[in-house]
Amino acid sequence: MSDNHTKETFFTKYIWSIDHKVIGIQYGITALLWLLVGFGLMMVMRYQLAYPDTQIPFIGWIFGEDKLLLPEKYNSLGAMHGTIMIFLGVVPLAFGAFGNYLVPLQIGAIDMAFPRLNAASYWTYFLGSIIMVVGFFVPGGAANSGWTSYPPLADVATAGQTVWLLGMVMLITSSLLGSVNIMVTVIQLRAEGMTWFRLPIFVWTQFITAFLLLLAFPPLEAAGILQLMDRLAGTSFFLPTGLVVSGEVLTNAGGGSPLLWQHLFWFLAHPEVYVLILPAFGIISEIIANNTRKPLSGYKSLVYAMTFLGFMSFVVWAHHMYLTGMGTTMGAFFQTTTMIISIPSVVILTALLLSLWGGSIRFNTPMLFALAFLPMFGIGGLTGLPLGLAAADIHLHDTYYVIGHFHYVVAPGTLFALFAGVYFWFPKVTGKSLNESLGKLHFYFSFIFMNGVFMPMFIQGLAGVSRRLADGGQAYAHAADVIYLNEIMSWSAWLLGMAQLFFIANVVLTLFKARTGEINPWNATTIDWTETTSPPLGHGNFEKIPVVYRGPYEYSVPGSKIDFTPQTEKG
Amino acid sequence: MEIPYGVKERPDTGLNNAKLGIWLFLASEVMLFGGLFSAYIFLRTGVDDWPMGSKYLDVKMATLNTLFLITSSVTMVMSWASLKLNDFKKFKLYAGSTLLLACGFLVIKYFEYSSKFSYSYYPSTDNFLGIYFTMTGLHVIHVIGGIAVIAFLLFPGAKMWETDPERFTSRIEVTGLYWHFVDLVWIFLFPVLYLL
Amino acid sequence: MKPEEVKHHVKIYINVFVALLFLTVVTVGISYIDIGVGPGIALGLLVASVKGSLVACYFMHLIDEKKTILWTLFATVISFMILIFVPLSTMFSNAGY
Repeated sequence: MSDNHTKETFFTKYIWSIDHKVIGIQYGITALLWLLVGFGLMMVMRYQLAYPDTQIPFIGWIFGEDKLLLPEKYNSLGAMHGTIMIFLGVVPLAFGAFGNYLVPLQIGAIDMAFPRLNAASYWTYFLGSIIMVVGFFVPGGAANSGWTSYPPLADVATAGQTVWLLGMVMLITSSLLGSVNIMVTVIQLRAEGMTWFRLPIFVWTQFITAFLLLLAFPPLEAAGILQLMDRLAGTSFFLPTGLVVSGEVLTNAGGGSPLLWQHLFWFLAHPEVYVLILPAFGIISEIIANNTRKPLSGYKSLVYAMTFLGFMSFVVWAHHMYLTGMGTTMGAFFQTTTMIISIPSVVILTALLLSLWGGSIRFNTPMLFALAFLPMFGIGGLTGLPLGLAAADIHLHDTYYVIGHFHYVVAPGTLFALFAGVYFWFPKVTGKSLNESLGKLHFYFSFIFMNGVFMPMFIQGLAGVSRRLADGGQAYAHAADVIYLNEIMSWSAWLLGMAQLFFIANVVLTLFKARTGEINPWNATTIDWTETTSPPLGHGNFEKIPVVYRGPYEYSVPGSKIDFTPQTEKG
Repeated sequence: MEIPYGVKERPDTGLNNAKLGIWLFLASEVMLFGGLFSAYIFLRTGVDDWPMGSKYLDVKMATLNTLFLITSSVTMVMSWASLKLNDFKKFKLYAGSTLLLACGFLVIKYFEYSSKFSYSYYPSTDNFLGIYFTMTGLHVIHVIGGIAVIAFLLFPGAKMWETDPERFTSRIEVTGLYWHFVDLVWIFLFPVLYLL
Repeated sequence: MKPEEVKHHVKIYINVFVALLFLTVVTVGISYIDIGVGPGIALGLLVASVKGSLVACYFMHLIDEKKTILWTLFATVISFMILIFVPLSTMFSNAGY
């Protein structure tokens, strides 16, 4: 924005920067660090599950002199693992980092529509994330009522829950600012000739994601305010009359309903699932088109399917609530919508799979992650079908089966897509390519151990092991046949953590290398690759604002000398 | 380099960035208050005896406040029209009235709240008062936000009228849209909480 | 926008203002008439909706707004309706159990 380069100081360039690229990198680094923290919490939990009530090695002193992870602390770690992974890790990485960095570049804009708002959005997120972990240091520890914060439990929980709610309000505000910015940018700042159906799929997914965040997040903010009132002002919005806690009847006025929270929460949290998965589809689409050297099969069907997916995500939320005693009419309604929403997901996956057909595939690291995404997301999606039907859900609800299902969507699903994106766009952001051998080691080990962690969860879940047990099911006789799996899962999780060292080493070593500055190493067609230097110019992105003449995936055009035709090439 | 369409309208959408941005923001605000209204209906239908608003609340004060906000909405839109007619003095007059009326709204709200507290009516008394304080409290926060922005544009921000009148007019228009929305929310809050 | 157009708009604003004042009196008035809780709520919300539409259409100029904004608001209204009515219907469908 500012024209006067002379005035630029270290502070305005790297800290309070209003350049979308710097903000994107800030989002990226912060989110990756939070992913590491969230993963760390889980590794501690997995020790407790594999070897219940034994001292935690290495870091046990954190939990006091006896070095034991007591159930209430286990609950804290569980709630914070979910919160950190979703709200501080994956969404900021997928939407904040990739969206901020790439959307203006791919549509040929010099920056986001509101650069200052963009910086405000990042710093609100940063502040919110700090508030979240402050919870660990208040009496009673961090929030311990699950990442869903169901009342009445959350209403009467320790002070950490109040901190959690305050943090959530900040994070929601941040993502609202971000989504307004992305939407205005896409609608208003597309370069000349960049019509809606010439947008790369990635931009479409970010646009739809922004729309979901814009409309689905505020009801959770409302719910958060109501729960804050319950906890701080003594109201009883979520507390029914005559509630007994620890053997004593609460003196609150009563008359509230815990179900109200569940409705408002899942009104956000189901669209949230698509907030997690849509940017992943976008990244995967770009990488598959690029590395098969042929156009995506069914560009328009992808766009329509994603739009429909976004719309439908607003009417499926109560499939998380079959066990609340909801009537059969509405149960049938939500089962139907849930089955319908699987159709666009299948359309998308099929289109991506068909895109491989007849392509001359390059098996580089980003493509390996992208190829792994397809079956992993497939498993995550298909195992969701039984959960969408009330009869099956009665058996599977709140078991490890559910954990396995949504982790397959988010961990080997979305996270693999995000890794693919990091490997793919790293040369653009830094001007240096990541090492392929280390990348492939990272991929193969991650792939094996991811499945080692999550596949056994289905078996445990079908056997009926509840997701909330701090001892991994030892106290349950009927779980006796399957708890040997705990050890396998835990070792897989720790080895999965080790596998990430390849990634960290790769990034660090590459950053020390000399910059090659190759503009278009993957021979891609979209504006971000063809019209900008690597890394792009500090201000304004482009030497000359590009003009677009064709669609985003014109690979191997018959009669063309080279196998890719940039969007900016006349013809 | 300047971001395009900050003030000028983009030909194919017919909008500038600020106007589209504020409408998207208002869309999210609709959903925020929508969540609270949904909670209100859910709580009200969930119990057998929901008190009538007039049992606790002062309809006269609220009617006066309704008149204040409606009038402030008119003066807001008139201040924008004055800028369009190049009449800066009238703009000051109208925007100043909006500011005064908004402050008047807060003063009355203050008396309303303190009279509730003096009868020991607190958010914890029952869910009607709980939702009343939550909804009107959130609305009051929006009023305060509006006052801050209007005061800024009326005093330190008004210099822009000399340097970049078009951008200043656009800022007033955008602020106006927000202010009308605050009015709109009150138009629904008033009957829902006080009369029905 | 030409000055004549603005002046024409100003006339509309005054008319809308008068209508809003009138409807405020109406809505307070009917709350004193005993027509039962159900019809009272329906009538009160009807009047509020008319007032709200007046503000949105004329003060906020939605009556001649661009398509992009109208489509956005259309989507918002639909999700608003879902948010209001679907939780409610899950509660009522319990009755038949």
